[in-house]
Amino acid sequence: MGLLSKKDSKLIMDPLADNNPITIQVLGICSALAITAQLKPSIVMAISVMFVMGVGNVVISLMRNIIPSKIRIIVQLVVVATLVIIVDQVLKAYAYSLSKELSVFIGLIITNCIIMGRFEAFALANGTWRSFLDGIGNALGYGVILIIVGFFRELLGSGTLFGFKVLGDSVEKTGLYAIGYENNGFMVLPPMALIVVGIIIWVQRSRNKELIED
Amino acid sequence: MGLKQNLHNIREKYKGTKMAPAFNALHTFLYTPNDTTHGGTHIKAADDLKRTMNTVIMALIPCLIFGMFNAGYQHYLAVGEIEAVTSGFFSSEFWTLQNFTLGFWKILPILLISYGVGLGIEFLFAVIKGHEVEEGYLVTGMLVPLIVPIDIPLWMLVVAVAFGVVIGKEVFGGTGMNILNPALTIRAFLFFAYPTWMSGDKVWVEGATERAKEIIAGSNADAISGETILGGLAQSHPIDYSVADMFFGFIPGSIGETSTLLILLGGLFLIFTKIGSWRIMLSSVIGALVMGYIFNLVVAAGWITETSNFYGLMNTEFWHHLLIGGMAFGIVYMATDPVTASQTNKGKWIYGFLIGFISIMIRVFNPAYPEGVMLAILLMNVFAPTIDHYVVQGNVKRRLKRGKLKTA
Repeated sequence: MGLLSKKDSKLIMDPLADNNPITIQVLGICSALAITAQLKPSIVMAISVMFVMGVGNVVISLMRNIIPSKIRIIVQLVVVATLVIIVDQVLKAYAYSLSKELSVFIGLIITNCIIMGRFEAFALANGTWRSFLDGIGNALGYGVILIIVGFFRELLGSGTLFGFKVLGDSVEKTGLYAIGYENNGFMVLPPMALIVVGIIIWVQRSRNKELIED
Repeated sequence: MGLKQNLHNIREKYKGTKMAPAFNALHTFLYTPNDTTHGGTHIKAADDLKRTMNTVIMALIPCLIFGMFNAGYQHYLAVGEIEAVTSGFFSSEFWTLQNFTLGFWKILPILLISYGVGLGIEFLFAVIKGHEVEEGYLVTGMLVPLIVPIDIPLWMLVVAVAFGVVIGKEVFGGTGMNILNPALTIRAFLFFAYPTWMSGDKVWVEGATERAKEIIAGSNADAISGETILGGLAQSHPIDYSVADMFFGFIPGSIGETSTLLILLGGLFLIFTKIGSWRIMLSSVIGALVMGYIFNLVVAAGWITETSNFYGLMNTEFWHHLLIGGMAFGIVYMATDPVTASQTNKGKWIYGFLIGFISIMIRVFNPAYPEGVMLAILLMNVFAPTIDHYVVQGNVKRRLKRGKLKTA
């Protein structure tokens, strides 16, 4: 990567794979289970979190020398809350149905452990540019898992992708449905999201033995 | 001797290679090995795990055979070709070749798929992990065909068995390490994934779904009703089966769970061979009766009237609950699974009682999931280690106290 130094590109690439916030640190599971029944909300959620984390990390990093450490959690919360409200308002204004679908989970980005974790662990101790990269990297790692889970859940649970009937029409019995295929109703339920995340964790750790804890 | 010698030779030939577990499994399945335990200080016993499993399978065979006859009987009865049996368990109208043939050809593929897919995955995991093949699937593979509806599409069974074996058992470390009963995991998966094929009034009788499709397509044949008693009661429909029908098993339902009589005999066989726990069976029955009786009292007190959704099942005589649905089958063959049940004797009483109690509760209060026993057993499987923990801790505390009293 010409644009980024080796150290900087590591900030982006690490969370995507070997230090993924969901599959390795097991953070942010709640929203990953709740909104991944369809691909579209998964992607919107990923983008929202990316915005909040990218900007939030920059803001915290800029203020890192003037935040009294005793009240830093409150300051972090204020920053996250402000950004989340911006995201919420933008979604309500331009994508009302999606914001309905995501309901409280946009607001709950505030409580997403990944964000507070990165503020605490990285932005408070690093420069602006590196903090920005770290925020984007972690949001990407989070988003990738959301999209993988959303892809399988929507495809197997509803037979669609982004709402397009890729497997045929389940009511009219066309495509795959004509030969007796049926949607897996379990995929739409949150427990199955947990199992899908579990399978991703399984696959990842069996490919890279170093990730296995005792 | 020819086969045994050949198997032995093959086993020796592959010893130490990757495929060794697969051949070992075959060898020890067919012949009792001379060494039942390997290394360490194990308790030596005459029968290894495979013998235990085979005993359970023996107890299940009558249910399977009955299921084949019943599949044919329910079909021909529903299409109006034969009359309902009236003369007891050994009625010649029931035990006909015609009935058996239909059931046999319908159930054989289900049985083959259950074993084929399940054992395939077991062999695969054994080879990958370099373990011996674990015997756990022998019983699961026999249970699965008995607890699914006759009209279940085979591909769904393949998906469910693969899911149940991998997620229900292998991820925890294989036989003996699983938290949930694998056969019930498979059924629960089918139930939540494809509810239209696991409930309702069509799938329980061979041909009913086909007929329904024909009628939609414009055929003017009569619809076949394959409503189970539970399904009927949940919607407060009148039930026209006699108690004898329910007890003997001449009713629609999952393939092998209809005959309470044969399940009872199987249960006695398991108790006699000391493989199934009589404590769990008895306490489950008590739990179910208590809950059923409470509901009967509620109806008698007039708190629930006929307008209520719960009336049908609440008003069912409390001991009928043991005869209908999968209650008896679940208690005898599933709740007693030694891996997932409580281990302590006191724990077994609590575990069993709660299974019976919760089963009836789910049955009555959730008409969408009329088969409560499946969910109740899975729930209690999760709690079994907790129950054991408190039983053991209670014992430790009591004995410590006793020790203190003596020294004081």
